[in-house]
Amino acid sequence: MEMWSGRGIRTRGPEVLVAGGRGLVLAVGGFTGAVVLFVLSVVSILLVPAGVGIVTTPWVLTGVRAFADRRRIIAAEWCGIRIPSTYRSLPADTTPWTRCFRMLGDPATWRDLGWLVVDMTAGFVTALLPAALLFYPLEGFALAAGLWRVFTDGTHVGWWYGFVPVSGQGSALLAGALGAALLVASYVLSPALLRVHFLLTRSVLASGDGELAERVRVLTESRRTAVDTSAAELRRIERDLHDGAQARLVAMGMDLGTVEVLIEKDPAKARQLLAQARRSSAEALTELRDLVRGIHPPVLAERGLGDAVRALVLRLPLVSEVDVDMDGRADAPVESAAYFAVSEVLTNAVKHSGAERLWVDLQHRDGMLRVTVTDDGEGGARVGAGSGLTGVERRLGTFDGVLAVSSPAGGPTMVTMEIPCALS
Amino acid sequence: MRVVLAEDLFLLRDGLVRMLEAYDFEIAAAVESGPELTRALAELAPDVAVVDVRLPPSHTDEGLQCALQARRERPGLPVLVLSQHVEQLYARELLADGTGGVGYLLKDRVFDAEQFIDAVRRVAAGGTAMDPQVIQQLLARRSHTAQPLGRLTPRELEVLELMAQGRSNAAIAAQLVVTERAIAKHTSNIFTKLGLEVSDDDNRRVLAVLAYLDHGSH
Repeated sequence: MEMWSGRGIRTRGPEVLVAGGRGLVLAVGGFTGAVVLFVLSVVSILLVPAGVGIVTTPWVLTGVRAFADRRRIIAAEWCGIRIPSTYRSLPADTTPWTRCFRMLGDPATWRDLGWLVVDMTAGFVTALLPAALLFYPLEGFALAAGLWRVFTDGTHVGWWYGFVPVSGQGSALLAGALGAALLVASYVLSPALLRVHFLLTRSVLASGDGELAERVRVLTESRRTAVDTSAAELRRIERDLHDGAQARLVAMGMDLGTVEVLIEKDPAKARQLLAQARRSSAEALTELRDLVRGIHPPVLAERGLGDAVRALVLRLPLVSEVDVDMDGRADAPVESAAYFAVSEVLTNAVKHSGAERLWVDLQHRDGMLRVTVTDDGEGGARVGAGSGLTGVERRLGTFDGVLAVSSPAGGPTMVTMEIPCALS
Repeated sequence: MRVVLAEDLFLLRDGLVRMLEAYDFEIAAAVESGPELTRALAELAPDVAVVDVRLPPSHTDEGLQCALQARRERPGLPVLVLSQHVEQLYARELLADGTGGVGYLLKDRVFDAEQFIDAVRRVAAGGTAMDPQVIQQLLARRSHTAQPLGRLTPRELEVLELMAQGRSNAAIAAQLVVTERAIAKHTSNIFTKLGLEVSDDDNRRVLAVLAYLDHGSH
């Protein structure tokens, strides 16, 4: 076993000491805090009918929350155990009355109070054990070394060390042996015991659906954004078709109708109108082509993301390099979102950065599509304040994707986008 | 002249067949999918193929891939690729082997039958027919990233654009309403300014210009 080797002991030793120390801090601090806060809470809540409680309860409960939050942080820092904090948000300016009953109506409050009881009992014990296992053996060693003489003259049992009755040097040595055994136990168990304390804390304090609730909130928001965005897109497409291709086809039909009438009477005029109808049809086609490019670029449909980005970059008035490391194609919606995100970032770079060179890097690794766009422009790009990057962030959000911008003044600008997805 | 035609939309296929027949082409086969096209190109050995980029069954760039594959097996096999959209990326792939006999046009170009048929003939003869949009994109990109183009006069730029599309001196002269000798003079100026080697062979000249426009900046 690793922990018994020389190196294991060098790292394990401090770990056990730290666990013991932390246990002691937790046991003492936690117990005191829990008892005080629990008593205050109970008194305050009992005083609610009297009126005083309405004012004091929010204060006390806020204290309880701070205490619980502190423990959440410690759990994460010491043992890597995450306990989600799921208090309902309170409006800023409300009467104590509303605050009081809002807080009392929050299930998290009652979980907190239950936890205080558990923490001052089972929590206290689980926190104290690592400390006890570390410090109690010291007493055993001291007894064996001669401390036993203080309690007995060797004729009767003067002290109990654990289950060992100390009545002379012989039994004192036995106490020392028990101390050694406890120390070994501490060496093996201490860090795990501290973990048990935090797991216990989590089992009482976490609602069990905290993360789910957060997920639901995020999903609701991103779904609303997605629906809004696609509705706006549809409106734009409708307007473009209505004012563009549709209008041109109407004009063409009219021209052709006139040609029908004129073809015998005025062939020269008819020919002129025919040429005009052909121009209209070409223009309608151009408009439709641009529209299609905005809905779903043909290269994306034909070749996938890598080549679509290559084709996109070829349209830019910049020297650029594209590096693609993808084995297969992502789902169409993800591909499309990634494409338009890249397109927006590139447009931003061309418009605002003053860059001369561009590098685009696409790679898919460990279920994550990562796109990096770097330019040698003057920097200063930011998300927010109506910049195009905010739109990109929202677009990616629908797919749980994220955007990070590094753009110090003076450049260079590097925009990184990540979208979790599988390739097929 | 025998043509293999690949286009999945019935109306367009039918229209193209009628147009080509009207100009005395012989339709060796008019197919509607990638696999059929591959088979037709291998078995019928046409003088020229007119191919839509997007074909069933995959509805991706299957037509383009079939054409490229056929040209790898039979270098210089004349292929004119049609598409609803043109991409420099695809143009670059078609031109990559440097053997000519390649065309890449927007479908809209069939509106002008004379010009379209001229393009088919040019490709069949080993020449080049690049869509004006491709050339404009190349020129726009080039003028942002390189100096030499700035030294051309507006007239020379115009000639360069038409030359890059694959037009012969005679055709350029006709379009710009000047003499062929005037065009020849512009051409030699352009080649000197861009530092390209002058060639009498029309096809080689076009390929050199296209390569310059596409890669010269790197």
